[in-house]
Amino acid sequence: MGRKLLLEHINEPGIQTFDVYRQKGGYRAVEKALKNMSPDDVVEEVKKSGLRGRGGAGFPTGMKWSFLAKPEGVSRYLVCNGDESEPGTFKDRYLMTHIPHALIEGMIVSSYALGTNTSYIYVRGEMMPQIRILERAIAETKAAGLLGKNILGTGYDLEIYVQPGGGAYICGEETALLESLEGKRGNPRIKPPFPAVAGLWGCPTVVNNVESIASVVPIINDGGEEYAKIGIERSTGTKLISAGGNVKNPGVYEIELGVPVEEFIYSDEYCGGIANGKRLKALVAGGSSVPILPANLICKTINSDARLMTYESLADGGFQTGTMMGSGGFIVFDEDQCIVRNTWNFTRFYHHESCGQCSPCREGTGWMEKVLYKIEHGQGTIADIDLLWDIQRKIEGNTICPLGDAAAWPVAAAIRHFRDEFEWHVLHSGESQSRNYGLAHYADPIKPVMQ
Amino acid sequence: MLSIQENQPVEFSAVLLEQFGEIVSRYPEGRQKAALLPILHLVQAEYGWLSTASMDKVAAYLHIQPIEVYEVATFYTMYFLRPQGKYMLEVCRTGPCCLVGAEKIMQHIEKRLGVKEGEVTTDGLFSWRGVECMAACGYGPVLQIGPEYTFYENLTEESVDELIDTLRNKAKQQA
Repeated sequence: MGRKLLLEHINEPGIQTFDVYRQKGGYRAVEKALKNMSPDDVVEEVKKSGLRGRGGAGFPTGMKWSFLAKPEGVSRYLVCNGDESEPGTFKDRYLMTHIPHALIEGMIVSSYALGTNTSYIYVRGEMMPQIRILERAIAETKAAGLLGKNILGTGYDLEIYVQPGGGAYICGEETALLESLEGKRGNPRIKPPFPAVAGLWGCPTVVNNVESIASVVPIINDGGEEYAKIGIERSTGTKLISAGGNVKNPGVYEIELGVPVEEFIYSDEYCGGIANGKRLKALVAGGSSVPILPANLICKTINSDARLMTYESLADGGFQTGTMMGSGGFIVFDEDQCIVRNTWNFTRFYHHESCGQCSPCREGTGWMEKVLYKIEHGQGTIADIDLLWDIQRKIEGNTICPLGDAAAWPVAAAIRHFRDEFEWHVLHSGESQSRNYGLAHYADPIKPVMQ
Repeated sequence: MLSIQENQPVEFSAVLLEQFGEIVSRYPEGRQKAALLPILHLVQAEYGWLSTASMDKVAAYLHIQPIEVYEVATFYTMYFLRPQGKYMLEVCRTGPCCLVGAEKIMQHIEKRLGVKEGEVTTDGLFSWRGVECMAACGYGPVLQIGPEYTFYENLTEESVDELIDTLRNKAKQQA
């Protein structure tokens, strides 16, 4: 069993309430930070921990914090990104639902470190129940004197507010989120200036993912060095992985970074293998945006090393034979799944969610969706496959925000690894309407699932 | 839920106005526009959708131009610009849920309610639509019903039938 830092007490009855959370050692980090540490000390511990942003980009959190501009007399803001919408990802929902005080405690410590007196938690609007849970948690914490004016008699004031979104994936991008929080359409901003200089209402702002902020609590409790001992190389600490698709035990798992992918999929401690005794066909390891891998590149890298759940190992081989940790949205595909249909589905998602500012993304996502629809429904040509490759290549890197890349990568990876399945759809258009392609060469050397 | 027509004048209740005021107080002086998204959620919860008259009223309340409200209301998918059924069943249609049968669930709902995606049943009780990822991929197929966004997980055709019957009975009792 790996160590649990975020979900250690998740099965404790009543852990959603302030009292039980406090009994289990909650809010120790607030006491320690506010009473015994300077804000810079807190930033230093987070730097030492090696914590990398858990929302998807994996940028070192401590470094992001140290970029925050601190001009005299200008308000600064911490905004928590709870706009979890990346297909395959549902870890923040889990955390906010079951252990909301972990986030509130992390918000207080992080706000103190950054010197903000007002902080916002932006939660996607569909998570109304979670918004209510967080608001209740904030009220409890305030009543206990750990939030509000003059916290613990230290003279530090902090208010935290929860802001609902309106149902737009793009608002998970930090500058779109800030636009949305200001009451506007979620159109990403051109960077620079970065939010650390000009963010919310033009003020210096840090935007961090829910899990990143919650991870600050164990870092302060145990020290950054202690946290950095968990994991491998530059993948330190624990990470929440949300596993879905065709696995026996879908759900949210806290892993020590470095667990082998094979163990994560097949061990009963985690996913418990492929559902219904089927065989593994493909994996999207970090949310729909990251490259899909065929079965023969999942558990082992191209050099036949065991692939591990770390930022580095998942990315081993680059986009040719590797993928990315992303947000930890782990989607497993069994042998009955159709890669073309799934790629069409994902592309429809990106088309739907494109904000429409940049033409390569606005037009390209819709174009790819149409071409993929054609191929999936038996009306495609071989030239269409090359056309898709061409379109995705022209979207990637040509947009203000990473949504364009996020739309391009899944299409590129699907064609790179599963071109034979696309061609089969074209060449056997009748048959492709009545059955799926199933497994092919990429399934070897996968053994049947152990029962 | 109150029922309103497109251009019917609306008056926000005292309760609603008090909630608006609390929301505006969360932001610095002069930044009240930030209250727009949360206020639109409250207005939609009250009336079931956002009529032009209600959006104009919000604009006046926040001292912003009506167009600033329209451009937001048209951008975000959660806001309805025309009346919906009393219960709007929103089914996740994105990849991970499709791996575990979301498409079949949508077909079943269409058959069961007898209306196409986006349409309202003749009794005004139901409408349904597919929505993009709801961040609940491990519990799929899933659907949600506003304005509280109650969540229904691991759907089967039977559990959907049961849910529709329960809602129908609930509406009857309220009538």
